[in-house]
Amino acid sequence: MDCSLLRSLINRYCAGEENWVDSRTIYIGHREPPSGTDAYIPQRYPDNRIVSSKYTFWNFVPKNLFEQFRRIANFYFLIIFLVQLIIDTPTSPITSGLPLFFVITVTAVKQGYEDWLRHKADNAVNQCPVHIIQHGKVVRKQSRRLRVGDIVLVKEDETFPCDLIFLSSSREDGTCFVTTASLDGESSHKTYYAVQDTKAFHTEQEVDTINATIECEQPQSDLYKFVGRINIYQDRDEPIARPLGSENLLLRGATLKNTEHIFAVVIYTGMETKMALNYQSKSQKRSAVEKSMNTYLIVYLCILISKAVINTVMKYVWQSDPNRDEPFYNHKTDSERQRNMLLKVITDFLAFMVLFNYIIPVSMYVTVEMQKFLGSYFITWDDDMFDSELGEGALVNTSDLNEELGQIEYVFTDKTGTLTENNMEFIECCVDGHVYVADAICNGQILTGTVGMDMIDSSPGAGGKEREELFFRALCLCHTVQVKEEESVDGIKKGLQPCGKSSSVYISSSPDEVALVEGMKRLGFTYLRLKDNHMEILNRDDDIERFELMEVLSFDSVRRRMSVIVKSSTGEYYLFCKGADSSIFPRVIQGKVDQVRARVEHNAVEGLRTLCVAYKTLAQEEYESVCKQINTAKLALQDRDKKLAEAFDFIERDLILLGATAVEDRLQDKAADTIESLHKAGMKVWVLTGDKMETAAATCYACKLFHRNTEILELTTKRTEEQSLHDVLFDLSKTVLRHCGSLTRDTVSGLSHDVPDYGLIIDGATLSAVMKPTEESSSGNYKEIFLEICRNCSAVLCCRMAPLQKAQIVKMIKTSKEHPITLAIGDGANDVSMILEAHVGIGIMGKEGRQAARNSDYAIPKFKHLKKMLLVHGHYYYIRISELVQYFFYKNVCFIFPQFLYQFFCGFSQQPLYDTAYLTLYNISFTSLPILLYSLIEQHVNMDILKRDPSLYRDIAKNSLLRWRIFIYWTLLGVFDAVVFFFGAYFLFDNTTFTSNGQMFGNWTFGTLVFTVLVFTVTLKLALDTQYWTWINHFVIWGSLLFYVIFSLLWGGIIWPFLNYQRMYYVFMQMLSSGPAWLGIILLITISLIPDMLKKVICRQLWPTSAERIQNALKQSKRVNVSEFSPLSTVKTSKSKSSEHRNPQPTRSGRLSKKMMCTHWGGNDYCTFNSFFSFSESPHNSSASYSDRGSGLETSV
Amino acid sequence: MGKEDPKVSKPDNTAFTQQRLPAWQPILSAGIVLPLFVVIGLTFIGIGIGLFITSSNVQEIEGPVFMYYGLTNYYQNYRKYGISRDDDQLFGNIDSLKSPANFCSPYQMGAKQMPIAPCGAIANSLFNDTFRLFYKVNEVYTEVLLDDNGISWWTDYNVKFRNPPEINGSLKNAFEGTVKPLNWPKPVYELSTNPNNNGFINQDFLVWMRIAALPNFRKLYRRISEGNWSRSLPAGNYSLEITYNYPVLSFQGKKKVVFSTVTWMGGKNSFLGIAYLVFGSLSIVMALIMLIVYAKYQVQIDRDM
Repeated sequence: MDCSLLRSLINRYCAGEENWVDSRTIYIGHREPPSGTDAYIPQRYPDNRIVSSKYTFWNFVPKNLFEQFRRIANFYFLIIFLVQLIIDTPTSPITSGLPLFFVITVTAVKQGYEDWLRHKADNAVNQCPVHIIQHGKVVRKQSRRLRVGDIVLVKEDETFPCDLIFLSSSREDGTCFVTTASLDGESSHKTYYAVQDTKAFHTEQEVDTINATIECEQPQSDLYKFVGRINIYQDRDEPIARPLGSENLLLRGATLKNTEHIFAVVIYTGMETKMALNYQSKSQKRSAVEKSMNTYLIVYLCILISKAVINTVMKYVWQSDPNRDEPFYNHKTDSERQRNMLLKVITDFLAFMVLFNYIIPVSMYVTVEMQKFLGSYFITWDDDMFDSELGEGALVNTSDLNEELGQIEYVFTDKTGTLTENNMEFIECCVDGHVYVADAICNGQILTGTVGMDMIDSSPGAGGKEREELFFRALCLCHTVQVKEEESVDGIKKGLQPCGKSSSVYISSSPDEVALVEGMKRLGFTYLRLKDNHMEILNRDDDIERFELMEVLSFDSVRRRMSVIVKSSTGEYYLFCKGADSSIFPRVIQGKVDQVRARVEHNAVEGLRTLCVAYKTLAQEEYESVCKQINTAKLALQDRDKKLAEAFDFIERDLILLGATAVEDRLQDKAADTIESLHKAGMKVWVLTGDKMETAAATCYACKLFHRNTEILELTTKRTEEQSLHDVLFDLSKTVLRHCGSLTRDTVSGLSHDVPDYGLIIDGATLSAVMKPTEESSSGNYKEIFLEICRNCSAVLCCRMAPLQKAQIVKMIKTSKEHPITLAIGDGANDVSMILEAHVGIGIMGKEGRQAARNSDYAIPKFKHLKKMLLVHGHYYYIRISELVQYFFYKNVCFIFPQFLYQFFCGFSQQPLYDTAYLTLYNISFTSLPILLYSLIEQHVNMDILKRDPSLYRDIAKNSLLRWRIFIYWTLLGVFDAVVFFFGAYFLFDNTTFTSNGQMFGNWTFGTLVFTVLVFTVTLKLALDTQYWTWINHFVIWGSLLFYVIFSLLWGGIIWPFLNYQRMYYVFMQMLSSGPAWLGIILLITISLIPDMLKKVICRQLWPTSAERIQNALKQSKRVNVSEFSPLSTVKTSKSKSSEHRNPQPTRSGRLSKKMMCTHWGGNDYCTFNSFFSFSESPHNSSASYSDRGSGLETSV
Repeated sequence: MGKEDPKVSKPDNTAFTQQRLPAWQPILSAGIVLPLFVVIGLTFIGIGIGLFITSSNVQEIEGPVFMYYGLTNYYQNYRKYGISRDDDQLFGNIDSLKSPANFCSPYQMGAKQMPIAPCGAIANSLFNDTFRLFYKVNEVYTEVLLDDNGISWWTDYNVKFRNPPEINGSLKNAFEGTVKPLNWPKPVYELSTNPNNNGFINQDFLVWMRIAALPNFRKLYRRISEGNWSRSLPAGNYSLEITYNYPVLSFQGKKKVVFSTVTWMGGKNSFLGIAYLVFGSLSIVMALIMLIVYAKYQVQIDRDM
């Protein structure tokens, strides 16, 4: 007995029993059910407090510090600081403590402020009053005191305080309208439905009498999923069970609209609401630059440690002579003498570490963070990415990935809503092979004064007429469109146009449906409204037909179809089904399949979205069995979706085909131009779509993803039905490899135009076959072959993709052996998975809600903005941050290496070369601002040129500016400069005076001389690298140098009372009073800078990058501009004409950009402008061939 | 890093936010750098020649002569040594005089726990050889007057170092309660008979306290600026009398005495001149190389255009 008790206890507390874990039982209004129902185990629910804040007043300091020091860099600096505190080190703890303190404080203040804001918001939310029903009366309560099971009253425009089950509404039909703008950004009104059996309870007294329990799943984060069951006890013992779905669930954060008030019962509270569960942060993405930076840091850490080790070893070798260890002039204290040898070694090692620790500066992290944070504002500010229609510009959700935008190799794009506008236009329908065309019908609005329709084949027989009307009715009934009456529309009146008798707008989550219903309206069948569960249609004869809506088998992306079951006024049951052709045709047993299929395929090739419509009639008993099946499935608490799918599958078969529709989705503005640019920039563009192959392929042609000369490789179910997947794959790879061979031959001639371009089309089914790990090892890994094929295709189209497959593809490419950088762009909820998966996720603020934008790293209003985002912003950020990283390491090598060298001349005694103030301020103030500003505003090439010549993007591909070669170059340059500084000063000081009064300088003058040369050299080095000198650059570069001088004068000009040493007193001034010191400084700075200058010039001359070619060309064109009539200019002009010829068709956007260029270079007259244009044309050609060559080599290896 | 608020209004359209600030865009091309190198080269060669000539004009005989002592293998820049001083004490602070900083240890407290003044290793190891120079004319040795004024930095003498306030007009009383550094034969207030050169502001002491940067160093000992020798030391026989006190053998050090004149650019140091010459010539060579590269490849680049 004890055992069973124990077991139940364990079950209760260890969550063993399934029922207990998976569902919760809620008593509405805390009313116990009349009879002792199933063993009910009370659960503890959290209160309705939302805690989005991370800290409390008490734990802020420890918790925040803990979190900050979890970052490895901060921890490292903390250790250094502690070492400085504990042992006797050469530099004061202030040198590392101050910067660390500064960083930690700034971060803590920022986080504290953010958390305070969150606290305030939380409090506002938690204390806002809500109305709950207690004993038949409305009582006000603070939101945080809400408990599960309370019945609440929500009035119009109030926000739901927690997740609620909708019981009844002030509206007759038991519906309410809700916007979820704050949850997913969709501002459209959504309809929710009250539980059928409780919707009659309209007053608080009535509601209080409801006696029911709700069983539902434990909270989960998916906003759109909910399963539950309500048991209503009405004077009888046997309760009525009703299914609850997401249509009954009102989510916290949503707002009630157009409904006076509703009653609802609390089911999830506080942190268990779906909104709170969705706050969980996304996993952090790290950019390639950050990864290289961390690698370099490790290298530098190794350098640091080896420096310390070398010096420690040398110290003990050197000290083996006791006269050196302890000369008469420098005795040790007794405690020093008696110290343990091992302890001494460790102390010395740590002291060297501390002395050299500046080689990894705290400020680098701060600068990088600031650069990213501030730099991201340029994206949000960008006027070119501002969409006046939406009234929004680009959004930056994370600034960690700015530079990754310049590294993209693969672009995965959604089709609908991304490449296309998702602005549907009904084009035609086809009933039994008769084609009906409707003119000028736009989404949501009907243009007046247009002819209703053209009948191409206007001779349908009597039976045909009946079918035709059935088809129209089917389309009028088979949808989930809502009708918004004019007066009830407050937010979205865009679509409304007074048009005869109709003054209503259709609203639906799917624009296709709206287009179809609108189209039907043009064809004479107007869907009026859904009233009392009856759909009303105004037919051609202006009669209202009423159909009772029995069931909606809603759309899902797996089935790719939806159905409705309606009962006509004559009592017949109809099932209307519409969906993708592939999901309808297999289920059709009757109808003119061939004609319709031909039309559908024709339309698909045109790039239209097609849907097929079918129906069947149901007998009464059939309907009842169907109904029962659906209801059981709906009531299931577990696997409901699966069971529903099974039920739907069973019902939607043996259909009679009616016809098909075609809806056009127009391409987005400049989509083709953008795709072309991305191609030229060396990116591979993949289109991932759920659409059917023909439609998608047509879109791809339209947006220039495939060209006319692109050879299309198909990897579709159609082909794999004929041949085995294995053979198809090998065939394709053979084709591709042949192409590869020919490409390498062509490298000499550089005629990339003649090489066939490959495009691959693959569908979802085949893709999953490819991805499936094969059992027989002999067949090899399909995935590898597939990747090999893809690598050689410039464009890939994946159609018929499920959302998850999109993410799988991205993942597959991401983890392939080259580890390319991927970008995913999409607008809908179905793109979220791939957006999260890709290195960079970009959301388009589209029509299908803002889920994609919310989950993305960057959100842009339109697809065309991707071009500027990548080609301009990405390029700039990459150039900037790579310089930032390299420069930071460089300047710290310059800084610390002389100190290392000095140890060899001071008996390895950890004598610092520079004064404490210099050590501390070097990275913080003397050299920090120029590089920060550089990394914010540097532009090596003009923005317009970057945009016009996408091939420049290839210059920086594959993290090219942070390669080892370049990193080593910078480091060696740093070492060289350090050697110059140190030995320059050494020889200058060697055993002589260099003052005119014969006095000698000491060690601090030596250090100050080195330091002065150092500061000037590293700043001027940056000045040499700066190619875009705005007044800001001038200000910070010259300002920093001036600041250094002024600071040094001040630092050495006063006896500082708080310092216990005055070693810097007048050192700087004394140094400046000496002529040779000046000469020496100038000489050393010049020597340090010249090699880098030489290298730059020679590289530019011999191996120019495309950017440098453009710069040269620009410069020459300017020179040409001066001497306008020189023969050179005419030559260029004629050349530019020929290049114009080579371009097949200058696109509209191309012309636009030229015009823009013209205005930008407004000073030039037309002739010279023309010649200028030719310059940029030619390097592009040559660079294109160059990079093609590159890819050829890559693939042949 | 959120900028959640959707921008309702158009973003500011300024040159800065649109990254279109007017800018000077110099290109470091051969066309610019080549003349630059030539100019640098020529200038440096010019400066180098000037320096070299000046430096080689530094005769050890003519002009006002400076007398230095030099030590080798002596690590004044040893860290523990370098910090072993109390600048407050040397500034004349009475509190620090009586309780020197801990850095001075083991030269902080002397016998009977009396504070050492001046404390620390640097002061303790003050160079204490003395030199006298004689000029031999007609077998008669005339002592050359050595001036110990102005051998230390003006700021050291006048600002940074101060004696503690005298008590009853006596410096000795001011140092009451302190002991002399261990190695010193006499206390600090007896360093010189000249009251302006005594105590913490003794010039030799100041020179020594400015620690040298490198282990082989020179320090200014005296200037020969008085009497007949103020212009130059005439050629002839000189004899140097050295009072040898300072031990250097224990650390394999050497001592030397240097007589040197100075020009505007200091003592004899050919490094700067040679460096300028070498580097100037190198610049010219580099400019030539660049010219070749430029001439050879410019044609090709032009063809590419």
